[in-house]
Amino acid sequence: MTKKKQPEPAETGATEHQLWEVFTQPGGGKPFEHAGSVHAPDAEMALQNARDVYARRGEAVNLWVVPSSAIVASTPEDIGPFFDPGNDKPYRHPQFYKVPRGIKV
Amino acid sequence: MLGHRLSEWCGHGPILEEDIALTNIALDLVGEANLLLGRAATAENAGRDADALAFLRDVREYRNALIVELPKGDFGFTVARQFLFSVYALHQWEALSTSADDDLAGIAAKALKETRYHVRHSAEWLVRLGDGTDESHGRVQDALDELWRFTGELFLTDDVEQALVKQKLAVDSSSLFDAWKRDVTDVISRATLRMPGDVYMQRGGRSGMHTEHLGVMLAEMQVLPRTYPGAKW
Amino acid sequence: MTPTPAATEDPKRLAEFEARIARGDTIEPKDWMPEKYRRQLIRMMSQHAHSEVVGMLPEGNWITRAPSLRRKMSLLAKVQDEAGHGLYIYCGAETLGVDRHELVSQLLNGTAKYASIFNYPTLTWADIGAIGWLVDGAAIVNQTMLAKASYGPYARAMVRICKEENFHKRQGFEIMSLLSAGTPEQRAMAQDALDRWWWPSLMMFGPHDKDSPNSGELLRWGIKQKGNDELRQRFVNLTVGQAKAINLTIPDPKLRHDAETGNWAFGEIDWDEFWRVVKGDGQCNRERLTARRKAHADGAWVREAAEAHAAKRARLESVA
Repeated sequence: MTKKKQPEPAETGATEHQLWEVFTQPGGGKPFEHAGSVHAPDAEMALQNARDVYARRGEAVNLWVVPSSAIVASTPEDIGPFFDPGNDKPYRHPQFYKVPRGIKV
Repeated sequence: MLGHRLSEWCGHGPILEEDIALTNIALDLVGEANLLLGRAATAENAGRDADALAFLRDVREYRNALIVELPKGDFGFTVARQFLFSVYALHQWEALSTSADDDLAGIAAKALKETRYHVRHSAEWLVRLGDGTDESHGRVQDALDELWRFTGELFLTDDVEQALVKQKLAVDSSSLFDAWKRDVTDVISRATLRMPGDVYMQRGGRSGMHTEHLGVMLAEMQVLPRTYPGAKW
Repeated sequence: MTPTPAATEDPKRLAEFEARIARGDTIEPKDWMPEKYRRQLIRMMSQHAHSEVVGMLPEGNWITRAPSLRRKMSLLAKVQDEAGHGLYIYCGAETLGVDRHELVSQLLNGTAKYASIFNYPTLTWADIGAIGWLVDGAAIVNQTMLAKASYGPYARAMVRICKEENFHKRQGFEIMSLLSAGTPEQRAMAQDALDRWWWPSLMMFGPHDKDSPNSGELLRWGIKQKGNDELRQRFVNLTVGQAKAINLTIPDPKLRHDAETGNWAFGEIDWDEFWRVVKGDGQCNRERLTARRKAHADGAWVREAAEAHAAKRARLESVA
């Protein structure tokens, strides 16, 4: 991250600014979803750029921007141990429970 | 006019994100112009539409503040002009949103929302450029100093306007000055910039006395409707 | 060029990877992938992104001369979308561990390619119609296929782009149909634009598959789903009827309907011209790059100022 470092005069304007991840919330109380990313020098500009890039067709009523470097992600090696345990607990799904035919629950 | 000037940045901005942002503002402004000219055409009731008013009037028939017809300059000039003009527009739209003319009030309400963002965007840039590097500070200060003599005209009023004010249709432009000055002073000081001193204020937009730049701009803008009279596009 | 991937990659992982592709799995940024796959993707995505950004120039050329307020707004919105699309794809490419600054530098120093079509000049207003109709039309055929690409971020960017790009083609076709039904001068303008843009549009799909150095690998790894020739044929089939509907003539005497295949057979592309423009001798190659370089250089002090300001603020906050 170049945030703390003064730009070297030799590489004038070499930066494209840091990367931010953009999350948009569509109307109707839906959850936020990842829309993409933007480059911006700081948070306010990241927010404005996100608005202009990812909400120019009225796609969002709310926006989050997060420095990409702050995202913590699961790794591909996690695919097995991290997520499989969620696959064998059918009692978490409504279909697990039997209801007599013809009755709506 | 300003929308046209901003649109000249499309494809040439300092960073891709900013191309998109400036184009958004340009789109808002051209949209507002379209609505206003449409309303004017209805009021005129002489068979002209918004396009005829935009594309078939010559320099002396154009009525616009001189500040918006100046060439786009560098990015600092574009930001400074956008800021000075948008703050003015914000107060103008706010006042017009209670106009007795329902159409105009409607246009104002829509434009007011758009303009709030224009002010925010240009003010944030002004602060970054003013309080950025020595070079950016110098460039944007020069732009402010150069633009200042075109700001006085925004707050002039005349008999036509006063007549409309009496019918509660329009706003007395001179009444907007204090709020504008306050907002502008605030951001300029946050940007560590200096308020330009008192200078002779240029005027002429209301009477069609323009800068030389307008003719060149109209020649470009109007070339197709002028070359092929009566054609539909 | 580097040796074949099999020589350098772990054969077991490569086999697993290819099995995933065959199953139709989506590859995500942190998944294992062959180095060659990563490089092909970066090359293709950055070319695509550069094309969107350079593509702003020929059309941007007419924004200030658009003949009505409505046309001015739709053209502005369209060129703005090109910037957006470039941005989406750059972001997609960045998930592969390459910085946008690096990609942009490759464009500016001339080592990266972009779509040759944008090295042709826009001479009249009808060119704006022809670009929307033909160039965006061809791009949509290509991008609809890429929306199913095996690399997740690329495919997702394409889905978004395809959704947005529909209006581009329609606004272009609307311009052409109005011109064609307009005054004799307007009609001539429309036909002239079709004459000039038809063949370059067909060239957009690239060389014949047999002459395309990358095609095989791109297909095998699911970056592309269809070959260049098949997509080109699909585009011709789509477009012939549209040209007829607005009374314009496609400039190809060999164009005829083949009842057996159901396809429209067409004449051979001038491949000499194709390679000449690819290699840098189109009319506008130099101009386009000069314009991008100028925008980048003129913007340097702005980007520096923004960084300097952010650094000042960060220092203030860390003191507070």
